[in-house]
Amino acid sequence: MNGIVIAIATVGGVGLFIGIFLGVFGRYFKVETDPREEAVLDALPGNNCGGCGYPGCSGLAAAIAKGEAPVNGCPVGGAQVAATIGEIMGVEAGESVRMTAFVKCAGTCDKTQSKYEYYGTQDCRMMSFVPDGGAKACAYGCLGFGSCVQVCQFDAIRILDGVASVDAELCKACGKCVETCPRNLIELIPYSAHTAVACSSHDKGPAVMKVCSAGCIGCGLCAKVCESSAITVTDALAHIDQNLCTGCMSCVEKCPKGAITARQ
Amino acid sequence: MGNLLTIAIGSAFISNVVLSQFLGICPFLGVSKKVKTALGMGSAVVFVITLASAVATIIYRFVLAPLQITYLQTIVFILVIAALVQFVEMFLKKSMKGLYQALGVYLPLITTNCAVLGVALTNVQKGYAMEPAFSDAILKSVVNGFAVAFGFLISITIMAGLRESMEYNNIPKALRGMPHVLLTAGLMAIAFFGFSGLK
Repeated sequence: MNGIVIAIATVGGVGLFIGIFLGVFGRYFKVETDPREEAVLDALPGNNCGGCGYPGCSGLAAAIAKGEAPVNGCPVGGAQVAATIGEIMGVEAGESVRMTAFVKCAGTCDKTQSKYEYYGTQDCRMMSFVPDGGAKACAYGCLGFGSCVQVCQFDAIRILDGVASVDAELCKACGKCVETCPRNLIELIPYSAHTAVACSSHDKGPAVMKVCSAGCIGCGLCAKVCESSAITVTDALAHIDQNLCTGCMSCVEKCPKGAITARQ
Repeated sequence: MGNLLTIAIGSAFISNVVLSQFLGICPFLGVSKKVKTALGMGSAVVFVITLASAVATIIYRFVLAPLQITYLQTIVFILVIAALVQFVEMFLKKSMKGLYQALGVYLPLITTNCAVLGVALTNVQKGYAMEPAFSDAILKSVVNGFAVAFGFLISITIMAGLRESMEYNNIPKALRGMPHVLLTAGLMAIAFFGFSGLK
């Protein structure tokens, strides 16, 4: 009986002592934090993707609360989250354009060839160690091993027929895939963009035609038919200025290779 | 002095906490993907275990042993270690912001690490806590705790280095992920078995 009492008293006493000790020191060591920081953190999506350039959502929340980052600093949350945070911080959110990732390659299995059979590590970033920069005939094209798929936290990228393709509905434009792609094929374009050039090859026309039937040959027809002169051709590759594009679709119709994609 | 060195080498290498006693496996497998995070976890463990072994020895010597309730050591040590980690976290957050951010999430994670409890119990088991002189008891416990934690730091860093360099290897599908990590851990344990010849 005595033993039980001692045991209970000791463990209870230790627990009580620790409780009081931690309680007192908790007050003594309290760190003042900006209450807005918590509120901002709650409003953020909480993916911790790092798309904003800060280490996770808490990093961005701290920066916003200090006024170091803009209230629309989160690319994932978009306008809605920016508005909520703007309310917390008492500033106008301003306009933010919803962006989406776009893979500038259309060289699917039937349109391009392989130089050799490759059996090895299934990772695009390994291809710089592989002879000729990978088995794909086109030196600019999508390698299709899905390094971008691996880094996408939103499950928005799929490898379809050997080429990565982004689901614009799921894409939050965090930019992880843009950083990851060793061939720099992925670009952030406005979600509402009407057209986009699905090729990144800077090779001259005949060289492109040899390796891919969907590649931009730099003929310049699109630039000629564009009514708002939004298209420029540099280094044998067409480029669309999304701010000028009106969505008339004449370039899509005119392109002899079908390298310009209509998005809507 | 030579005695302390024997304890240190014995705890760090010969009976390595992860690879021969199989304590603290959870962070060893979970936080060993990158050398940088492994070092963070390892140093947090060194910090906490060294402190915890001193505190546990004091509690055992001055509370549990005189009252003859040493059978309660496990539960009391758990209590004390959890509180200690909590306190250290609060203290660091207030006065050493840099270290707090460097240790990050690993510090609270260590509360549930069995290696910490393991060291506290080994100190009792090997009789370090009940050395006749109090200074001896504290010194031996702390040296033992630090050595064990150092052994953990070494093994988790080696593991992270191995995993980093094997990241892009073409591993058979069935062995990808954890199975391959467990195999690596097993091979490391065999390698560390070689240290038992040091005795």
